[in-house]
Amino acid sequence: MADVTDYANLPDGPVVKGKLSRDDIMMRGGMLVIALYLVVTLAFPLYAMLSKSFSTFRFDLSQYEFQVSDENGVFDGTVLNGAELNAQTGVIDEAELSTGSDGRIGVTGFFPDFSFRSPVMYQIRNTSDQGRFLVGSTLQDGTDWVTLDSNTFRRVQLRPVKSTGFDNFVNYFSTPALFNSIKNSLWIAVVSTIVTVTLAFWFAYALSRSCMRFKGVFRLIAMAPILVPSLLPGIALVYLFGNQGMIKELLFGASIYGPIGIVIGSIFFTFPHAFIIISTALAISDARLYEAAASLRATRWRTFWTVTIPGARYGLISAAFVVFNLVITDFGLPKVIGGQFNVLAVDIYKQVIGQQNFEMGAVVSVVLVIPAIFAFAIDRLVQSKQVALLSARSVPYQPQPNKRTDTLSFIYCTLVGLFIVGILAVCQFAALIKFWPYDLSLSLNNYQFDKMDGGGWGSYYNSIKLGLLTAVFGTAIVFFGAYLVEKTKGFKTGRALFQMFAMLPMAIPGMVLGLAYIFFFNNPSNPLNAIYGTMAILVICSVTHFYTVSHLTAVTALKQMDREFESVSASLKQPTMKLFSRVTVPVCLPSILDISIYLFVNAMTTVSAVVFLYSPKTSLASIAVLNMDDAGDIAPAAAMGMMIFYTNAAARIIHLIVSKGVLMRTQAWRTR
Amino acid sequence: MIQDTAIGQKTYLSIDKLWKAFGSFLALKDISLDINDGEFVCFLGPSGCGKTTLLRAIAGLDLQTKGTVMQDGRDVSNLPPSERDFGIVFQSYALFPNLTIEKNIAFGLENTGRSKSEIAVRVSELLDLVGLPDQGSKYPAQLSGGQQQRIALARAIATKPGLLLLDEPLSALDAKVRVHLRHEIKELQRKLGVTTVMVTHDQEEALAMADRIVVMNHGVIEQVGSPTEVYREPANLFVADFIGEMNQIESMVAKGGRLSVGEKTFACHPHPFPDGTAVIAAIRPEDIIPHEDGYTSEDPNRNCIDVLLNEMEFLGSFWRCRLQNERFGQSELIADFSINAVRRLGLGEGRKMVIELPTDRLMAFDRPEAI
Repeated sequence: MADVTDYANLPDGPVVKGKLSRDDIMMRGGMLVIALYLVVTLAFPLYAMLSKSFSTFRFDLSQYEFQVSDENGVFDGTVLNGAELNAQTGVIDEAELSTGSDGRIGVTGFFPDFSFRSPVMYQIRNTSDQGRFLVGSTLQDGTDWVTLDSNTFRRVQLRPVKSTGFDNFVNYFSTPALFNSIKNSLWIAVVSTIVTVTLAFWFAYALSRSCMRFKGVFRLIAMAPILVPSLLPGIALVYLFGNQGMIKELLFGASIYGPIGIVIGSIFFTFPHAFIIISTALAISDARLYEAAASLRATRWRTFWTVTIPGARYGLISAAFVVFNLVITDFGLPKVIGGQFNVLAVDIYKQVIGQQNFEMGAVVSVVLVIPAIFAFAIDRLVQSKQVALLSARSVPYQPQPNKRTDTLSFIYCTLVGLFIVGILAVCQFAALIKFWPYDLSLSLNNYQFDKMDGGGWGSYYNSIKLGLLTAVFGTAIVFFGAYLVEKTKGFKTGRALFQMFAMLPMAIPGMVLGLAYIFFFNNPSNPLNAIYGTMAILVICSVTHFYTVSHLTAVTALKQMDREFESVSASLKQPTMKLFSRVTVPVCLPSILDISIYLFVNAMTTVSAVVFLYSPKTSLASIAVLNMDDAGDIAPAAAMGMMIFYTNAAARIIHLIVSKGVLMRTQAWRTR
Repeated sequence: MIQDTAIGQKTYLSIDKLWKAFGSFLALKDISLDINDGEFVCFLGPSGCGKTTLLRAIAGLDLQTKGTVMQDGRDVSNLPPSERDFGIVFQSYALFPNLTIEKNIAFGLENTGRSKSEIAVRVSELLDLVGLPDQGSKYPAQLSGGQQQRIALARAIATKPGLLLLDEPLSALDAKVRVHLRHEIKELQRKLGVTTVMVTHDQEEALAMADRIVVMNHGVIEQVGSPTEVYREPANLFVADFIGEMNQIESMVAKGGRLSVGEKTFACHPHPFPDGTAVIAAIRPEDIIPHEDGYTSEDPNRNCIDVLLNEMEFLGSFWRCRLQNERFGQSELIADFSINAVRRLGLGEGRKMVIELPTDRLMAFDRPEAI
């Protein structure tokens, strides 16, 4: 009966090769197209960024030779080498020789007697084909002598030589100002994670294990921060604790600009994420375990540690890594309230936008990706275990009324709720005050965005346009892609690769993605260069940035469909696309709507990825908040931030109404 | 193996030397089988025996690794499902939940050159056929499981396929509905004359519905035959044991092909084993004939033995009795006695009695290799 050895008994003869039906070919083709989309919008840009981080630019002074004439313009034939000149004069130090792709350096410093009025003539040449220098804006890359008068000579700029290596990384790690950010980022991420997960755990615990009132309201409040950009709490904190803050005395002289501000703001904007995960974990706890504990006369304390915590541990770990990831990759908040406290995400921005040092930006990106991928990988691992727990048949826990617990829970949730509502209220208040703290009368002046830096009302409409386009195209691409990868038969390698690509975006911080897009799409030799600076690239970037969660939602919905639908359809000789449009899409409509609202809200609030990609014509509301804050227009920034909040809240409500309507009309079959 | 005695006239589906490997696991090993036109064939076996794998290979849903499948004279071995000719019903029904019953049934009729009114006529015809004429505008979730399965059947036969495949169609239903529906499916199949293959692990279902049963185990066919054949003439101990109950007694082949158990030898059904072979003697509980205590027969071909009636269990239409005889050692014989016989003989626990093992019902099988 042992059939282990039977494999060798498979007879000779041809293995049956299945003939592909038209549907099979079409589905594989479709999958390839979407896979190609992910490759072009994710893999290629990341590769471009990675290669950028390893490309170094350096002034090679030994590649230049100079001659100096006398007052009459006669050269005596003495040839001076650039490197030797620098060794003698020491005008350019070693660090200055490493530069970016746009690096330029003047040469007049080599000649202490130089004066642009003097009649002395200068000659300069490259000693090899590699050397390049500019005279004004004319590039000289030949090895012939170029003769220049002193007035022109001062407009000579040397250009660096490109090579590949670890120089940028060496540079990075030998600059304390830069690598200190790693410590800073890790520090605020860890502290925020501990505080947020603790707060969110007790909040979720109070909601699931007590019989207090207004649970629905608290749930709603807990989710509110998801509707605003992460930098909005920063603005509120400036109003509360800033230099002219309402209650800055509470900080006892400590400054809100720095780690304190970042941590408080991070708690605000990561709270809903931690809350969702932990309350899901608590919701699946099995009531029978509590009954068993009670029948064994375990104390509440012991029950808590032996039943509640072990049951929710995967949720807690998962929440911790999600929060960690959100904080360490966040850009908006530390930009607004970080002050002199440097973190990685802001460093990328400073290197790229401030110093135009794209290579160093790429290096910081690579450094930032490492903890992000690490946190992401652990989260995925833990999530898969959580699913295994879910499949067990458990009896949901029903809390019993208990006056003391219920009162304590209510007080605690009220405090947390006040914190969240308070931050939003401060922003709204700030937006309506004429001129804090001198003129406290109410006005709508701060809503005259067109008078401020940041793109005005146009940027608000752009944001809505981006949200809608991202929702429509993103949902279509994601859902279709998920369908193809779930329902295509065979083609295992292709499907596994696709799944991997679909998971990747979540591990890539927005700043990194945005920067990668610059490298890839702003390259003139890229045929896709045309979309750079348009709305299209913002849509593409947002769809890719938020691909993973949408994909997982779609896959979960599709997995709940009977796996034999496709078989039945094929046996009835109907095209798979008919099944897709007549059955799959209508049945999955609730999930499809969920994906689109998720994409809309995120596109409205995102700052990190798009901050590198917007153009004056495509400025966005969230970017406007950032820029107005940067320009000191904090009140209008708060006003715009609240516009985003109201828009997202309205979108949520519309989504709810549409979902209900659609459910009533197309999902009549759900009710018996 | 027992000869093919099916009712059909010509071969409709021909499976030749089929192999299926999942990694290093062989799910199907050298399966060859011919199914005749209009025949109702059941693949029967324990879970994991390869019956569903075989069905899915016939449908083209999961291609076999090696071997050919001919349907109606056409080699369909490597064709995708959409290019084959079959209708299929799954255990889960796989009805489209958002489409009404009518739309579900009409799904396969669309895009086939039929006009809307033709489709409507065909749909109501099918609804009549499966006995649900008024349910067309409901959604699947509004019907009971049995009704849903009938709709799935109607959808599968709507396009008049040459082959109907049923993958455990009744397993998700209540026992009562199951019995009722298996009769209906059988009736429908006879009326339509469509060649049908059904996969089931329920022997009762297979015995009641099939023209021929294909008993499978570990990826091979153990026996092919009519229900009565596989029940009364099982080809081997697996089939004997899997279908119905079977007493198994370790024994040796004695002179003249008789089976010896302890000191006694029994006459038995003809078998191919030479003298001295270790075999299993087997008899079904309902084949054991009860006699009153003291009954004797001098005929050496009537296997009468004294037993002690240890235990009786009332199972409604009969009594299941555990009988002990020192010669059989520890093991008990199980016998099913009719209520009449029990009453007539006044049987009760602890009674001594004589039983007869009818010669033609006592069979000898190869002993299974040690597992």
